[in-house]
Order: sequence, then C-alpha cells, then structure tokens
Amino acid sequence: MIPAPKIDWLALAPTLALLGASGVALLGSVLVPWWMRRAFTAFVAFAGFVTAGVLAAIVFDESAEGRTLIAESFTRDRLGALAAIIVAGAGALTVLVSWGENRRDHAGEYYALLAAAGAGMAFFVTAGNLMTLFLGLEWFSIALYILCALDTHRETSLEAGLKYLIVGGFGSAILLFGSALVYGATGELGFSEIAAAGDADNVLLLAGLAMLIAGLGFKASAAPFHMWTPDVYEGAPTSVTAFMAAATKVAALILTLRILVVAFPDQEHLWTIAIAVLAIVSLAIGNLAALVQRNVKRLLAYSSVSHAGFMLIAIAANSQLGGRALLYYLIPYGAMSIGAFAVVAARERELGAPVTLDNLGGMGWERPFLGAAMWVFMLGAMGMPLTGGLLGKFYVFSAAYEAGLWWLIVAGVIATAISLYYYLGVIRALYLRPVAEAELRPAVAGGSPPRDPLLQSAVFLSLVVTVGSFFFVQPLIELARDAAASLPF
Amino acid sequence: MTTTLIVLPLAAALVVWLLPVSGRAAGALALLTAFVEVALWGLAVAGFDFDQGLQLQNRQSWFSDLGVSYHVGFFGYSLWLAGLTVVVSAAAIGYALWANRERGRAYHGLLLFLMGSIVGVFTAQDLLLFYVFFEAMLIPIYVLIGVWGGPRRVRATVTFVIYTMAGSLLMLAAIVVFGLSQGTFSLVDSGTSANEWVFLGFLAAFAIKAPIFPFHGWLVDAYRESPPEVAAILSGVVSKAAVYGLVRIVLAKFPEPVDDFQFAILAFAAIGLLYGSLLAFRAPDLRSVTAYSSMAQMGLIVLGLFSLTDLGRNGAILQSVAHGLVSATLFLLAGMVETRAGTSAFSVLGGMARGRPVLSTVLMTTGIIALAVPGSVAFAGEFLILAGVYDAGWGWAAVGAGAIVLAAMYMLRLISAVLHLARGEDVREEATDLRPLELALVVPLLAALLFLSAWPASISERSFPKIDTIEAAE
Repeated sequence: MIPAPKIDWLALAPTLALLGASGVALLGSVLVPWWMRRAFTAFVAFAGFVTAGVLAAIVFDESAEGRTLIAESFTRDRLGALAAIIVAGAGALTVLVSWGENRRDHAGEYYALLAAAGAGMAFFVTAGNLMTLFLGLEWFSIALYILCALDTHRETSLEAGLKYLIVGGFGSAILLFGSALVYGATGELGFSEIAAAGDADNVLLLAGLAMLIAGLGFKASAAPFHMWTPDVYEGAPTSVTAFMAAATKVAALILTLRILVVAFPDQEHLWTIAIAVLAIVSLAIGNLAALVQRNVKRLLAYSSVSHAGFMLIAIAANSQLGGRALLYYLIPYGAMSIGAFAVVAARERELGAPVTLDNLGGMGWERPFLGAAMWVFMLGAMGMPLTGGLLGKFYVFSAAYEAGLWWLIVAGVIATAISLYYYLGVIRALYLRPVAEAELRPAVAGGSPPRDPLLQSAVFLSLVVTVGSFFFVQPLIELARDAAASLPF
Repeated sequence: MTTTLIVLPLAAALVVWLLPVSGRAAGALALLTAFVEVALWGLAVAGFDFDQGLQLQNRQSWFSDLGVSYHVGFFGYSLWLAGLTVVVSAAAIGYALWANRERGRAYHGLLLFLMGSIVGVFTAQDLLLFYVFFEAMLIPIYVLIGVWGGPRRVRATVTFVIYTMAGSLLMLAAIVVFGLSQGTFSLVDSGTSANEWVFLGFLAAFAIKAPIFPFHGWLVDAYRESPPEVAAILSGVVSKAAVYGLVRIVLAKFPEPVDDFQFAILAFAAIGLLYGSLLAFRAPDLRSVTAYSSMAQMGLIVLGLFSLTDLGRNGAILQSVAHGLVSATLFLLAGMVETRAGTSAFSVLGGMARGRPVLSTVLMTTGIIALAVPGSVAFAGEFLILAGVYDAGWGWAAVGAGAIVLAAMYMLRLISAVLHLARGEDVREEATDLRPLELALVVPLLAALLFLSAWPASISERSFPKIDTIEAAE
C-alpha cells in the first residue's frame, strides 16, 4: 500500500473554496427555482471569491517560510498567496460588474465558470512543477474559453471564444512541448530540481526554456504573442474581458517570474535578455497599435499589452526589487483595468452598442461619477500622480536601473510618451467634445441610464485601490517585499 | 503650515466639485479659499527668517525602501514664488467667478487643484514628490484648456500636455537614476552629481516648461486658446515651476555639468530672449504679444540664473515674481478687452482709450512696468540680471540690454494698438469702461507691482540667505 502524503489543506484552501463555490453555483443553476437562479449563483460566486481572498490572506500570514507540498507539486509561499489575493479581488469585482448584464440564459454557468477560472488561477500561481503548471493553465484557460463564447447570440462573442480557444490551445501546446524538452534534458519536473540538475548549456533545456517563455507569453499577452488579445477582448462579454485583463495577467506574470527565478537561475544571462526583448516589443506594438484604435475595448486591449511590457521589465531585472516592482505594479494595474472595463460595460449597456471613442463623447458630463472614475483610470494607466500607476512605473524603472538595464528605462519612457496620446484621447472623448461634433450628435437619447449600484460600487472600489495605492505605498510594498522574498533571487 | 498651504486648496477643490451648489456659489467658495490661502501665506512670510535656509518643514516617510518621503518646506525664494501663486490664483478665481464660467463647480474645483499643486511644486524637498506635483499641474490644465478654451483648444491642449509630459518623463528617468545612485530621493540629504545625462534629463523638463528657445512650440496655442484666467496662471505661475526646478535641482545638484554647459544654456536663453521679443513685436494680437513676451522674459530669467552670480540669481527671482504679476495682469486685461470687442486682434482694435479712462490707465501702467521703465520692478530685476550676467561675459549683457529696447517696442506697439489710433472696427462705441468688479481683480495685482517697484529689495535681498551666497561657497 502506498502511504498517502500529508496534505496541507490550508495551502489548498483558496482553490478549494472557489472550486466549491463553482460546484454549488452549478448545482444551483439546476436545483434553484429559475427566478432566483441568477441571484443565487452570483452570490455564491461572490462569496467564493471573498472567502478565497480571506483564506489566501491567512495563508500569506502563516507562510513566512515558503515550502513545497505534496511531492513537490505545488508551493505554499507568500508569492502564491498574494497572487491569489489579487485574483480573488479581481474575481469579486468582476461578479459585481457582471450582475447588471441581466444575463437571461446561462447565468448559473457563467458564475460557476468564473469561480472555476479563479480556482484555476489560484492553483496555477502556486505551481511547483511542470505538471501542475500545465494543469492549472488548462484549468483556467478552458473556463475562460467558454466564458468568452458564452454570449451565444452575439457572433463576435463566438468568434472571440473560438479564436481564444485556437490561439490559446496553440500556446498551451508550445508550453507543453517546452515542458517535455525540459524534462527530457534534466529528467526532472519540479522547478527547484530542474535548477539543481545542472547541465546549464544543454540545447534541449534552452529550447524548452524558450518555449516555456513563449507559452506563458501567450497567456500574459506579451507581444509578439498578443495577436489574440484585441479580438478576444473586444468580442468577449465585457465583464469577462475585465477579469481576463486583470486576473489572467496577474497569474501568468507571477508564474513567469516564479518559474524563471526558481527553475532557471543558471540561464539568467539568457532569459533576462529574452524577457527584456519581449518587454520592448510589447511596449512598441502595444502602444503603436493603440494609437489608431477607435473601439475602446480594443484600445484597452492594446494598452494591456503595453502594461505587460512594463511588468516584463520588472521580471527582466531579476532582483528582489524587480519582484517587488512587479507585485506592486499588479495591484493598481488590476484595479485600473477592471474599473476601466466596468465603465465601458456601463456605457455599453446604456447604448446597446459597442463603445467607441465617438459614442463615449460627453460621458464625463452626463455620468459624472463614471466619467471621473474613467478619467482617474486613464491617468493611472498613463502613470500620472495621485494614482498607483505612477509609483508602479517608478518602481519598474528603479528595478531596471538597479539591474543595469538602463536601455529598458529609455524604452519605457518613450513608450509612455507615445501612450499619452491615446489615453488623453479617451479623456478627450469623455470631456472635450468639440463644438462641431456636439452639434452633429446629440447626447445619448433614451431616458435615464440604467441604475446599477453593484457596478458603481465595483468602480468605486477600483477607484479606491487605484488612488489608495498612491498614498499608502508602504504597506503594499511591505506585502510585495514579503512575497518577493519567497523567491531565491 | 506648509502642508496646510498645499492641502487646503486640494481639499477645497474636492469639496467645491462634489458639493451640489450652483456654479456661482462654488466660485464664491473657491474665492474664499484663495483668500484664506493668501492670508496663510502672509502669516508664513511674517514668521519667516530670511537669513536662514529651509524653514516651515513637514517631513514624513512615504515609502522607505527607496528612501522617498513627503518633505515640504520653504526657502526664501520659494516663499516668494508661492506668494505669486496664491495671489495670481486668487485673481484668476475671481475672474472666473466674474466671467461666470459654465459648469462652475468643475471649473473652480480644477482651478483650486491647480493652485494646490503649484504650491506643492514650490515646496517639494523630495524629488519624487516634486515630480508628483509637477505632473499633477497638468491634470487640471489639460481639461481647463480643452473644455473651456477657444476654438482650437483641443489641438492646443494636446500639444501642450504631450510636450510637457515628454520633458517630465525624461525627468522621471533622471530622478530614478539620480535618486538610486545617491541612495535617497531627498533634495536635502542628497549630494551633488556630475552625471551629464541626468543633468540633461532635468534640464529638458524645465526648458520645455519655461520655455527656453527651441522648446516653445506649445506656447502660443496654449496661451491663446486658454480662458484668460488660465492663461494668466500658465504664463504667470506655471512657467515659474521651471525657475524653481532650475534653482533647487539643476543649479544645486549639478555644479560641474552646469559649468560645462553654461555657455550653451546662456546662448539658448539669449536666443530665446531676442527671438521671443521679435516675435512679440510681430504678433497680431494682445494675447500672442503677451505669450511671446513671456518666452522672452523666461529667457532673461534663465540668463540671470545661469550667470552663476548672486546678483543674477537674485534678479532672476525678482524678475520671476514681477513677470508673473505683469503677465497675469495682461492676460486678465486681454480677457476684459475680449469680452468687449470679441477679439484681441490688433487689426480690429484701437482707440479704446477715448471714453475709457480706467481701462487705459490700468493697461498703460501695466505696459509701462512690463517694458521695464526705470523705477519699475521689472527694471530692477533686469538691471540685476544684466549686472550679474556681465560677469559671465559682457556680450550677454549687451544682448540683454538690446532685448530691453525690443521690449519697449512691442509693449508700446501693444498699448497704442489697443488704446490709441483710430477706433477699430470691432470696438463698439457703447463698450464700457472697466467695471468696479473688474478693477477689483487687477488693482491688487497692480498694487503688488507698484509696491515691489518702490521696494524691490523686499524680494531681491530676501531670496537667498546671506551665508549661502555663491561667492561664499567658492
């Protein structure tokens, strides 16, 4: 008889909470009477995300010393716990944003899949070997494929789902192939065993490393692996887009940091360059492509590519400060993207049409709260003061300087300068309606806007995090420092 | 004290914006805040010891791992610049209230936000904090010009913001490098640096903000398309953020690069001075003349700062305050002329003096001070600057003196084109003289100018502590 390994239930608790919520929501969508199905499943998903966040906070508190569990298959440490907290927060906000969609069919499945995706991410970020890495990746990806295509009456939603499935599947295949090569070269699956296996210059190992980076690049939507991003972000239901922009990026980038630092310390001279190149390409493509977008969701999609570039700079720095910069950056970034997509969702519901820079016109005056919030989110994305976006960039640049990568600072500065144009373009659309245009197109017709206190509270919470992370840097940086300390830089 | 000066307008901005009252009431509240600011500033001056360096400090750690703190305080010169800020902002808010801008709550909120962030710039003693305030100024300006500006406002505001942000981003990179190599971002604790790239990063930001010669592309559109009171703040006060940056950061932290680049900077400043004056002489309307004369005056101020002498430095601070007041008054007057004639283009103005004695007296007095007539504060400032820059080479002083002649030419042209000559076609016979309320806006500014004309030493001898002279350091 094989002795069962001791299972650390606490370390698994965030994942299990979300998985449980997903199951209950799925059952609820069958057993609960139809008229309270949506409320029930939404509540269960929300409760699941909140519970997962609280449990992850407990894990964070009790895991000063990181350790691997269950035959090295996953890690209990503060890095994973902090990532789980951010994912859970993003998920909870997404539930609030989703409520007003008034989804008639598949409401139960929607919330169940959202919780399942969150569970997958919470598991993925703690992965300790290549097998659990792939398992977690597929787990949340499959949930997201379905979520993207869930608006079956919209062709663009189906297209988004299919495109994400095919491109994402391709990315997963590359990642799997890379894992196989690494295993073939070292005979090991665990991250730390791979590092210990030696033989740093094995060609198979290096090819595997390159493929792992590419596969994770797909999920983080770093250029040149970003092709799916604008189409999928545009087509998917906006609340799903918000979740993907915030949570998927958190999960993918944190795992990229973890696997590179833990499993490939001997190849750092290679992968820092590779990540730096990806960062520059992402900054260039993301910002230049965003310049010409009229559809706000596509614009934000390209903006998320460029933010991936900034965060990759932090990974390329390969230092404690870099880890801190990445983890800090993710907090305001996540809040900003969910908030911005939530505002887009509100506008979309009001208009019943895709939101473009044109029909965003004058929103700042008509909907003062949402308009001002969007203003702040755009300022945050630009890296302007009074938002955490500024300090995120400041930390990223500091990390790059400390690592001697001054050319990445130059790239970041140029990219930010370019990005001003389109972020200011959104603000321009919100507030600065040119006279001629205002005459041509009257303000949105059709009575009072839908009141949606849940969405507004999600926007408000995002606003609090975006602005609060500027004023209360010290506690957040301490969290980030503790989390980054669990990696062996 | 210092923190109160910064936070009060910022907090009031939020209140004014959120409080569900009429635009007028919001404006009145904003004006009240501005008066309180002026009074607070007066208290600060009364308690200030001009023989000492940094005073009225507040310091609190912001995040410790990179050594960044919230640290504010006043030097003598920054106290004067802050005084300029609160006085001009109060006049601008009063003007906005008088003009009854639509969406008054947002408008006055943004003006207060701008005021608070400018005071923040002049007090910041930490590089990152300085950057925060420096950038925060742009947030309200973008919307103030873009929403309430003239017909080409969108173009003007986008150009302005992208120009200045490009400079600021270079400064951010420079701040990162400087701060990490010094181990602290505090301007008080850090030492000097000889890194030329970092120096140029800072210099670029301030050269654009001032603006110094090749970086003035944003200037005319921004000043011409803004509402007059915003243009008054922009040219009178915001450009002085560059002066503070040059004194507090560039001159103080980069002595070697400053020496190396002195000639080049003086050359650009002199070109800007002459070129700006010539453009002002050719400009077609009241606002453009004031805009280009601002550019010329900023060139003169930079000339004074980079003369690297005490005389030049004191003159530069005096001239900053004088020019701030003059150009704010001129922009407000331009706005008042525009409300009467619908334009400030010289081709359709003229003859406004007849039957409008108050307007002509006020405009005349301001113009005469602006052209640096002997006995005026501008004369005192320019004299100090020229005397200082004479040490760096007599040629610079000659250029400066030539520019003063040009200043006389463009200011006299302005005065005669608006006030004298035949009645312009857009000047209606029934257009009124200045109303008492309008007078109440410009007279305090003029009174400040006349006071400084009578006693320029109140600023020029109270900007830098005696022990801290450049000669003493050498």
